Amino acid sequence: MNHIAPGRNAGVYSYDDIDRRFVAERVEQFRAQVERRLSGELTEDEFKPLRLMNGLYLQLHAYMLRIAVPYGVLTARQLRKLAEIGRKYDKGYGHFTTRQNLQFNWIKLEDTPAILHELAEVDMHALQTSGNCVRNVTTDQFVGAARDEVVDGRVYAEILRQWTTLHPEFTFLPRKFKIAIMGSDADRAAIRVHDVGVFAKRNERGEVGFTFYVGGGLGRSPFIGKLIRDWVPEEDFVAYLEAILRVYNQYGRRDNIYKARIKILVHELGQEKFTQEVEEEFARLRGPKYRLAPEVVDEIRRRFGGPAYETLTDEPESFQAAKAANPDFARWVAVNVLAHKVPGYAAATISLKPAGGIPGDATSEQMELIADLADAHSFGELRVSHAQNLVLAHVRQDELFTLWTALEANGLGTPNAGLIGDIIACPGLDYCALANARSIPLAQAISARFADPARQQTIGELGIKISGCINACGHHHVGAIGILGVDKKGEEFYQITVGGDPTLTTAIGDILGPAVTADETVDAIEAIVEVYLSNRHDGERFIDTLKRVGHGPFKERVYAAH
Amino acid sequence: MALNDKSKNEAVLKTITANRLRDGEVIFLAPGPDLGWVERLDEAALFEDADAAETALAAAKAQAEGERFAVDVYAFDLRVTDGRRVPVKTRERIRALGPTVRIDLGKQAAA
Repeated sequence: MNHIAPGRNAGVYSYDDIDRRFVAERVEQFRAQVERRLSGELTEDEFKPLRLMNGLYLQLHAYMLRIAVPYGVLTARQLRKLAEIGRKYDKGYGHFTTRQNLQFNWIKLEDTPAILHELAEVDMHALQTSGNCVRNVTTDQFVGAARDEVVDGRVYAEILRQWTTLHPEFTFLPRKFKIAIMGSDADRAAIRVHDVGVFAKRNERGEVGFTFYVGGGLGRSPFIGKLIRDWVPEEDFVAYLEAILRVYNQYGRRDNIYKARIKILVHELGQEKFTQEVEEEFARLRGPKYRLAPEVVDEIRRRFGGPAYETLTDEPESFQAAKAANPDFARWVAVNVLAHKVPGYAAATISLKPAGGIPGDATSEQMELIADLADAHSFGELRVSHAQNLVLAHVRQDELFTLWTALEANGLGTPNAGLIGDIIACPGLDYCALANARSIPLAQAISARFADPARQQTIGELGIKISGCINACGHHHVGAIGILGVDKKGEEFYQITVGGDPTLTTAIGDILGPAVTADETVDAIEAIVEVYLSNRHDGERFIDTLKRVGHGPFKERVYAAH
Repeated sequence: MALNDKSKNEAVLKTITANRLRDGEVIFLAPGPDLGWVERLDEAALFEDADAAETALAAAKAQAEGERFAVDVYAFDLRVTDGRRVPVKTRERIRALGPTVRIDLGKQAAA
């Protein structure tokens, strides 16, 4: 296997000594905190916020450690380290999340400082993966590679990571704070259901600027983010976001956890008043101190470097021949491969959703295999998608068949990206201390029911998203079909929504009818699909058929037996 | 997927659980006056009387924090059905056994 040379820049942000010292100091700080907890100097009430600041939760079976994968980008070396940690400190697997992070479910408190130390060795950490602070900034899993990209959002996500990490004003916000950034005309990061959603774009002079949406979010009260400014010049990027956070910090409710997110503030103040407050704060802040200088942006961009692409042409003969000779490969290409900005390359989605599998789980062996494949075929770099899949973003088209062959041989070649089998599901009641119902078994049952790849391709684009509680980690509100687990007198039931949309045309789904049992839910999904297929016009997506015919036929069919 | 036991005629008993501080392991209060803890539900103390359970819970909480041994100490309901201890809530059954989607993990794996 053609492993990447050590030190070759793969397009992942390179730490310098300052970055490394900062992370190392935080590890030692937490090590001392753990020692003080175990010795009794700290009570659990005192210790809990400290462990949460380091991504350490207490779940049903053990501690869960959420490790930051900034904007979802990883090196192969980092993925190998995650595999090693999974094997050494957990039970041989990890779980990739909708926030583009990775969670381990069976961690011991006493091992956590050692784990954080090992992460620091590969320039990783778990800072701000929990707590009432700015969480991992998410972005497009095809960032830096997509053909439709206008601005590389990684650069600005990294600027935000550095700016917000341990920012004294924003370490104790009213609630957690989630930012997503996109640099394409498409939305592959569910921008408008984040606390702040940012579109990076260029004006007619080629200058970079940003559109800000604020106050989106799912959970108990789902809201779609409101446009508060269409153009913020690059130099004001930090100042404008700081202004938003200051207004939130000042006016956001701290007396009621359910009303503390910025979406409630925007809703209660109103879009106009909130915008006015932000603009006034922005006017006060704007100046040299907050100016994002072009040389800073250039330096961050330089630290990302970029893959050393070769000069190639699209659709080389060997690639065309492989597709012609192997229908399974052709299907995988049609479903899981995206056009790349550089001719002759492509971005390949590695599905972590085999039929009947646990969405987002990867074993240590799979992680190591994927790290090897990233080295061999994608400049040693890979991404985590918010749909809980992995992506090799820069694969030569003439190497796609070799890549697919290796994936297929190891159960990682499922051709279902964006299809009905590509189900997003939170950990649910099998792991999560907050959940009311299980999510994973339902995802497994649905994906097993729709296991046939040809049938999935026939059904086409149809996102199913499952949450085990109202916190909506599985993004059920924006699923074309959303499923919410609810507890009814100790029994698990599932409420189905339809019509959710996480893309540019963001929409919150509508409840189809009364909640049903798990087994009935699988049949209900089947019924919904049948109604869609029997009503759709040529090439029409599920979401468009639903808009055209309304909920009536779907509801009637699902509840026919009730 | 059905997990909930429908045998609702048996009496509802209480037992006391927590997570061990050092490693997060699910533990249960053991029978007897010593406030010991065990890892398996089968070996846990059962309380028929709600007042007795409350008294034991208060003592267990004080001991768990005082000795820095356990966190999140609470009582939950269970029934004994055909000689098996079955928590009333799915959540507690999963805590006592392990994830239903990975029967190779958790306490059920060693059963």
